[in-house]
Formats: sequence, C-alpha cells, structure tokens
Amino acid sequence: MTSYLSIEHIHKTFGEGPTASEVLRDVDLHVDRGEFISIIGHSGCGKSTVLNIVAGLLETSTGAVILDGKEVSKPGPDRSVVFQNHSLLPWLTVRDNVALAVDKTFKGTKSAAERREWVLQTLDMVGMSHALDKRPDEISGGMKQRVGIARALAMEPKVLLMDEPFGALDALTRAHLQDEVMRIQSELGNTVLMVTHDVDEAVLLSDRIVMMTNGPAATIGEILEIDLPKPRERLAMADNAQYNHYRAEVLRFLHERHKNPESEAA
Amino acid sequence: MMSAILDRNMTFGAGRERPAAAETSTAAVARPAAPSARSGAAPPPDPGAWGRRMRNAAAVVLPPVIVTAIFLLLWEMMTSSQGAVLPGPSQVITDTWELIVNPFYDYGGNDVGMAWQLLASLERVAYGYALAVVAGIGLGVLVGQSTWAMRGLDPLFQVLRTVPPLAWLPISLAAFQASNPSAIFVIFITAIWPIIINTSVGIRNISQDYVNVARVLRLNGFEYFTKIMLPAAAPYVFSGLRIGIGLAWLAIVAAEMLIGGVGIGFFIWDAWNASMLSDIVLALVYVGLVGFFLDRLVAIVGKWVTRGTQAG
Repeated sequence: MTSYLSIEHIHKTFGEGPTASEVLRDVDLHVDRGEFISIIGHSGCGKSTVLNIVAGLLETSTGAVILDGKEVSKPGPDRSVVFQNHSLLPWLTVRDNVALAVDKTFKGTKSAAERREWVLQTLDMVGMSHALDKRPDEISGGMKQRVGIARALAMEPKVLLMDEPFGALDALTRAHLQDEVMRIQSELGNTVLMVTHDVDEAVLLSDRIVMMTNGPAATIGEILEIDLPKPRERLAMADNAQYNHYRAEVLRFLHERHKNPESEAA
Repeated sequence: MMSAILDRNMTFGAGRERPAAAETSTAAVARPAAPSARSGAAPPPDPGAWGRRMRNAAAVVLPPVIVTAIFLLLWEMMTSSQGAVLPGPSQVITDTWELIVNPFYDYGGNDVGMAWQLLASLERVAYGYALAVVAGIGLGVLVGQSTWAMRGLDPLFQVLRTVPPLAWLPISLAAFQASNPSAIFVIFITAIWPIIINTSVGIRNISQDYVNVARVLRLNGFEYFTKIMLPAAAPYVFSGLRIGIGLAWLAIVAAEMLIGGVGIGFFIWDAWNASMLSDIVLALVYVGLVGFFLDRLVAIVGKWVTRGTQAG
C-alpha cells in the first residue's frame, strides 16, 4: 500500500465549459523504489501529461501524486526531468548547464568545491568530460541529451522523469544512450518514470510497462511486468523468446487500440 | 493585443532588415582585410594558392572601389558645368582642406574642428541613448512579462511612437528650459520605442522549454531574470538596440539644427547660412561614417553578447 511513488486516481481536464477536453481519466499507478517504469501509448494519449503532472509542471484536476509520503503539486528537486529536446540553455557551457542545477539544488548542503567536483563527476558518468567548456550548439544531438541526463541526475532526484528522452535521436545514438541509461540506473538504483513510443526501448529498459489507452479521457489499459533478469544485453535479447513475447504483447495492445480507438471510450 | 505586438515587430522587422543589408555590404568591405592579413602573416609556399587568394581578395575589393569611383566621376561631371550650383568632389576637398587636416582646432565658441563637433553630438546621443536603453529594456521587460501592463501601456506606446522626433522638441524645450537637455530628451524618446517593443517581444517569445527548465530547477525571480530571461531575449533586445542607435543618430542632426551650439547638426545649419556648401558635404560624409560605425559597434557588441543563444 505504501509505495514510493503513488499516482492516485488522477483526472486532468484542459479548459472549461463546452470547450473542455478530458485528457486523463482515473490514472492510478504505484511505483516502488528503484523501479524503472515506461509509459507507452499512441501520440496524444496523454502520457506526457502524466509525466508533467508528476513533475509538477501541470496540476491535476482531481487526484494526487504522493512521493515518499509527501504530496507533490509543484516542481521540486526531488523530481528532475530529462526533456525530449534536451532543453539545455544554449548560452551556457556544458559544465555551466549542469552547474546551474547543482548549485541550485545543493546550495546549502555542499561546499562550492564539492559542487564543482560533483558537476565533473556526473558529466564523467555520461561520458561528457571531454566537452566541459563547449556550448550546446557545438556538440551533437546525442551529446546534448547526455548532458540533459547529467543535469537531471546531478540533482540526485528521488524520481527521474524522462519524456521521450531518445525520441529525437538517430537509431544508433539512441541504442547507445539506452545502454548508458541502463548502466547508470543499475549503478545508482534510480526510480525512473519514462514516457516513450518505442516498443523495444520500453521492453529493454523497464521493470513494468504501463500501456495507456487512446485519448480523449485516456487511462491505463494494461500493465505488463517484464520479468527479465538485469543487466539485459541488447543483442542477447533479440533471440530471447521471453523478450519477444513481451514485445509482441505491447505491440498487440497498441495495434488493437489503433484499430479500434473507441473501444475504451465507450 | 498579442497580434498588435507582433505586427509592430513586423514593422520593426522591416527596419531590422536594413541593418542586415548593411551587414552584407560591410562584410564586403571588411572581408578583404582578413585575407590580406593572413597572407601577410604566413606567406603561402604555393604561388597558385597565393594567386587564388589575390583573385578572391580582388573580387571582394574591386566592386566597391569601382562603384565608388564611378559615383565620384559622375558627381564631378555633373557639377563641373558652368552654371552648376553644387560643388563637385574635387571642389569640396579644396574648399574644406583646412577642416579635413585640422579636425581638432578650437577658436572658441562654435568655431571648433569637425572632431569636436562630432564629439559634441556623440555626447548628446550617448546620454539620450543610455537613458533609452535603461528605460526601454525596463519597460520592455514589464510589458513582456505582464499582460496587464501590456494592455495598459500598449495603446499609449502605439500612439507615442508615431510622433516624429522633432515634434517633441518644443515641448521638451518648454519643460527643460534649456537646449542641451531638450536635445538629449529627443534622442531618448526617439530611440526608446524599438527597444521597448523588441525587448517585450523577446520576453514573450521565451521558449516554454526554458520556462520548464527554470521551474524544474526552481529558479527564483532574480535567477530567472538573469539566467533565463535576459540571455533568451538578448537577440531581440539587441535588434531593438541597433534600430534605436540608428534612429538616435538620425534625430540628433535635426535636433541640433534647431538648438544651436556645438554639434554636427548646427554645423550644417551654420554652413548653410554662410553658403558654404562644401562644408555641408563634408559634414554629411562624416555623419554617414559615424552613423555607420555606431551601427557596427552595437552589432558587434550584440554578436558578442548573444553568442550561442541563437542555436537551439
């Protein structure tokens, strides 16, 4: 009952009166500490809305989000976000982008030298030590997203929220970064909530996959437990019957919803 | 309301294209310096490469030189006939040689060298423009941040910004009871509108991504202002500053014609009264060059300050 992160029966309606549109209906999800959860669904089904509500960037219409025993309603350092388009500040260097988050989060608890060291450490973890003084426009898309991940991790959040973090990257870079995220998550044991529309990504990375029905008034259709041992090897998984079974399950769910989008609304 | 702001930005956008056009022409003038400096620093071993470089440099240098020569020639021809009223270029140089070679003489009163005249004008512009920058960015931030302030101030700005600079002069003379502050006020009121409008548009166009980053990092108001708002809006602010300096320099000459004293504007008026047309032509050349350098100066500062901010 007392899970680490509880999303308690949240509803979300945008607008008021006749133009109001109900985006989420009764989304209820309980996440344990250290779990990696993927939310998958068709475009526009409101999966990013769920993430933004947990981040505190949006408010629920009804329902609540409870993290580690406390209700959250606005953004906080305990929930850092990796944005789809990296959202680095282009006028700051790689180092300063991360330092901004670190200085803000650890102002009272770490000394200036410790904070500097921590910035270097997190950038080292994502393999970006070589580009500390480069600005975002001088590095590739994959590198930008590494820095975005470093910035989020540097805040030592209770929950790491990732909004289609690899959506804008090419397939090779994406695979590489997925491996990095798996490695980092197994080292640090972060609790992760990731929005994605990539079936392989969801199955490879997740402990559980939350499959959302189509909007309007989307909700959780099914939750699929991925019972594969970690660490998972991308290449080994390709021939793994269990992996392919999970993959087929997710595809079947998405395909059925796509063919018959009204099924849940009725 | 929003569309009003955007429309106005379009109006000023048209103005903004002008500096951009100026930029290309400057690039054409400025570029030859670089290759020649490079070839001077390290003489290339390959004569073929050197020849190519010379050809490239010539391709950049020659067009402006040729066009300027043709222009001067036409001017000379049109003014060399018997009944010509205006002086030709050679006439101007002969008449104004004393002024050209002695820019810093000082015989007291208004009778000072061209450099002093220009510096007096630049000083007025500096005061008026500095005030316009501070007030313009401040008001621009206010209007950009607060819908209430925008709705309240927008009609006022819309009406006032169309008032021609010199129309402000009588009222400011009446208010300040002195000519110098009046001229400075005219500069201020001329330069401030594009700064306000571009700043507010820049603030309104701050990407929601950056706002979300600021919220996730929980930046406070001051941190948001310095770390996000100013850098994000800087490209817009600087295009406003650049239009502003151009307008300020346009207004100073006209204003000085009316207020008198030392200054390039009154120098022109004085020369007209003394029928010294060559002096006027010389002054026009100086005004043009100074205006050009002011524009470049703001552009260079802007480029330096906003480095990196253009990229997504």
